[in-house]
Amino acid sequence: MADLRSEFLGIKSPNPFWLASAPPTDREVNVTRAFKAGWGGVVWKTLGEDPHIVNVNGPRYGAIHGPDRQLIGFNNIELITDRPLDVNLREIKAVKKAWPDRAIVVSLMVPCEEKSWKAILPLVEETGADGIELNFGCPHGMSERGMGSAVGQVPEYVEMVARWCKQHTRMPVIVKLTPNISDIRQPARAAKAGGADAVSLINTINSIMGVDLDTMAPNPPTDGKGTHGGYCGPAVKPIALNMVAEIARDPETAGLPISAIGGITTWRDAVDFMALGASNVQVCTAAMTYGFKIVEDMIEGLSAFMDEKGYSGIGDFVGAAVPNVTDWQYLNLNYVVKARIDQELCIKCGRCHIVCEDTSHQAITEVKNGVRYFDVKDEECVGCNLCASVCPVEGCIEMVQQTSGTDARTGKPIDNSYANWTTHPNNPQAASAAE
Amino acid sequence: MDKHRVSGVVAGRLTAREYQDNFADIHPPLSAHEALVEAQRCYFCHDAPCMNACPTKIDVPLFIRQIATANPKGAALTIFKQNIVGGMCARVCPTETLCEEVCVRNEAEEKPVRIGLLQRYATDALIESGEQKFARAAATGRQVAVVGAGPAGLACAHRLSMYGHDVTLFEAKDKLGGLNEYGLAAYKTPDDFAQREIEYILGIGGIEVRSGARLGENVSLDDLAKGHDAVFLGLGMGGVNALGIEGEDLDGVVDAIDYIAELRQTPDKSRLPVGRRIVVIGGGMTAVDIAVQTKRLGAEEVAMVYRRGAEQLKASGYEQELAQTSGVQIRLWSAPVRILGEGGKVAGVEFEYQSAGNGGGTGGTGESFVLPADQVFKAIGQKFLPACVGESGVALKGSRIAVDEERRTSVAKIWAGGDCVAGGEDLTVASVEDGKLAAESIHRSLTA
Ligand SMILES: Cc1cc2nc3c(=O)[nH]c(=O)nc-3n(C[C@H](O)[C@H](O)[C@H](O)COP(=O)(O)OP(=O)(O)OC[C@H]3O[C@@H](n4cnc5c(N)ncnc54)[C@H](O)[C@@H]3O)c2cc1C
Ligand SMILES: Cc1cc2nc3c(=O)[nH]c(=O)nc-3n(C[C@H](O)[C@H](O)[C@H](O)COP(=O)(O)O)c2cc1C
Ligand code: SF4
Repeated sequence: MADLRSEFLGIKSPNPFWLASAPPTDREVNVTRAFKAGWGGVVWKTLGEDPHIVNVNGPRYGAIHGPDRQLIGFNNIELITDRPLDVNLREIKAVKKAWPDRAIVVSLMVPCEEKSWKAILPLVEETGADGIELNFGCPHGMSERGMGSAVGQVPEYVEMVARWCKQHTRMPVIVKLTPNISDIRQPARAAKAGGADAVSLINTINSIMGVDLDTMAPNPPTDGKGTHGGYCGPAVKPIALNMVAEIARDPETAGLPISAIGGITTWRDAVDFMALGASNVQVCTAAMTYGFKIVEDMIEGLSAFMDEKGYSGIGDFVGAAVPNVTDWQYLNLNYVVKARIDQELCIKCGRCHIVCEDTSHQAITEVKNGVRYFDVKDEECVGCNLCASVCPVEGCIEMVQQTSGTDARTGKPIDNSYANWTTHPNNPQAASAAE
Repeated sequence: MDKHRVSGVVAGRLTAREYQDNFADIHPPLSAHEALVEAQRCYFCHDAPCMNACPTKIDVPLFIRQIATANPKGAALTIFKQNIVGGMCARVCPTETLCEEVCVRNEAEEKPVRIGLLQRYATDALIESGEQKFARAAATGRQVAVVGAGPAGLACAHRLSMYGHDVTLFEAKDKLGGLNEYGLAAYKTPDDFAQREIEYILGIGGIEVRSGARLGENVSLDDLAKGHDAVFLGLGMGGVNALGIEGEDLDGVVDAIDYIAELRQTPDKSRLPVGRRIVVIGGGMTAVDIAVQTKRLGAEEVAMVYRRGAEQLKASGYEQELAQTSGVQIRLWSAPVRILGEGGKVAGVEFEYQSAGNGGGTGGTGESFVLPADQVFKAIGQKFLPACVGESGVALKGSRIAVDEERRTSVAKIWAGGDCVAGGEDLTVASVEDGKLAAESIHRSLTA
């Protein structure tokens, strides 16, 4: 069986599955239950200065459901921990002592002043925790008070606070990034410049979940009013994946360890993030949807995957997909595919035809010899993948590479050499370079 | 010639195609896509009712999630850890009265997640892959004798071997499996699945098989107890109940269990002689199985006659429905009085109508009727034959072996489980749990 042990900034855990800083890690009982269930580590729910903050007493969470009420997206207007600092510190110390083989990182958020950070760091150090995570991500409430994403959105602040923390503690420092920013590489570079040991991402995305059409209040409502909350869960995974990949392939931050967060629900999700450069993963919504037991499936599934692929340790595939992430301009424009419909598998629903006809390139037939029959017209097909995306039968429509002859659509011979936009005749820059 | 309407007990009543259809998998396996869609219907309930309803406590939501996340072999391991006969159970468990009965989807839409079929999907994936997921712990040097290679004995032997104990499995018959091989309905267990599963179970190693070894004949319990650190008895029920009426020894009066065993061992069903008009006496699982299978062998009329009412029938609602949709006529409140013969062969059965008496019993009404028959099957229950445990002193309760909750018998070093013990449910899955519990108890006692 594969070795799932993980080491992140020297912090050891029996597997790479950590719980993200959030309600599942808010208190000793929860974290103890999580460790019993098999989680490799936790980032403790964000601590702040006393007097502790207060939460609303109405709904904190909202959800978007798929068919059959599967939870697809989740949102919250909860703040950081609403318990006194010393209570949290005492519990952290007790749990770490009881579970020495598990990782405990403490998430922190205090005002953007050196003295505040300098004061809290030794208290955390004293608990025996393995490291700290700086919460520069929380997009609601705390940001109105100049903390959370209000810091994370200004790279100079990120760098400054990271530097203070490195100065005032020996613990590894992880900077947790907000996705509410246009270029994720900027704060990541700032974190590195400030000396941070790693980044974790993403925190939640600004969002409103819907409107109650009777009261006209945004969801989730508090006494008829609502505010934007943080969006997370399966729906945010593609956004988080891209941000992780951007940092992993940025030459300025290459090699900076990444802890990935955002919609991770299964072992497969975790592998996606790790292939794109994350050393470990953190989970919040999936645990809040199903309870801690899902980690069993994650561990088992990851282990089976690694055995199947012959990976002995998780280091074997971390970052394996990073070299294949590139800019659009470097994609091979000579690569031609055509859709192919397997008539044996086709259930004749006609969706491929109608979507191509209405919204794409009119490249799929509807009738042949008077009967329903869906087939691809190569002279129209641009190989866009829409039909395969909407087909309800797995494996029925595949995109097949053309390696010889001519492309029936363009009339041009298939060219198996590589050519991209930078040298394309329609590119004004390419033309001028050639002159 | 159409042999449908030929009277008497003859073979080859149907076409090859009809035999094939009638004995094909009654619930064909799910395709990969069907399994995925079905798995996604599971709500991953907390403290799931299905898991608690399973006699072997399989973690149903976890294995279904593993199917949904493209890890069917991992799902199989989750199943096998609790129930090493999980492949057969997936085919024969009356899920409608176990896990699927309590699925919360019943509340929502009266359609449970098809747990049995998903369990089959997962276990098939692992068994077909041939990957052995179980390994033995370091050898303990302890020797355990397991007698009877039915589900109880197999489950016990596997778990003991896993813990590093050396197991010798004594089995009277040539083939292992007990009723998995000789009893369960053919259309639930096609393609020699019983033997394929046993091969996987024995694949762990450390289990030495002695077939042809019959306790009470060429092996004695005292010798086994002397020569081993522990003994497990998974003997099933060797005897059948007699009707005790006139005509029972006429030609054409058959024990259902014997006929089913022969049917299971005859791959070419056209060779099996079967009557044109059949009467089955009894109301349990065996009665349904013989009635349905003889109907599927081409009998023109099959009547299953039970002395009490529909509520007392031991066959589940699903089984009764299966009998009816297969064309079996179920007649209630009728008790056999005598079997009628002609020239030494059975010609019919005389029944007397019954009415419910006081205290749950029945009483004859004095009115009777005759069902013509050229073959009569007795399916009024089996019994444990205690002679094989000899003078060992193993105490009985009623007519079966008495055990405590750890499946210990009254005699030190001897455990028992499955159909041969008192208080069980007479199901494959319950026998597996007995074997597993006994193995745990034996392991505790050997390592204490
Ligand atoms: C016709 C029929 C249909 C059934 N259908 C179902 C069903 O659909 N679903 C379900 O859950 N259950 C069903 N059952 C019940 C189920 O088959 C039994 O509960 C289960 O097989 C009992 O397991 P066991 O290991 O205790 O005994 P068995 O399966 O009977 O195995 C006992 C083994 O011990 C061997 N043995 C006996 N005596 C000796 C001896 N003296 N020395 C050595 N070996 C010996 C036997 O040869 C046999 O191999 C059915 C039973 C019958 C009869
Ligand atoms: C209810 C709730 C409260 C959260 N509180 C915090 C917090 O205190 N500190 C923090 O860094 N992130 C917090 N988060 C963000 C999560 O740690 C995580 O980054 C985010 O939910 C994305 O992961 P997911 O898709 O697995 O949920 C919270 C998320 C939720 C849902
Ligand atoms: S989840 Fe628990 S705390 Fe939240 S509303 Fe329901 S009962 Fe109350």
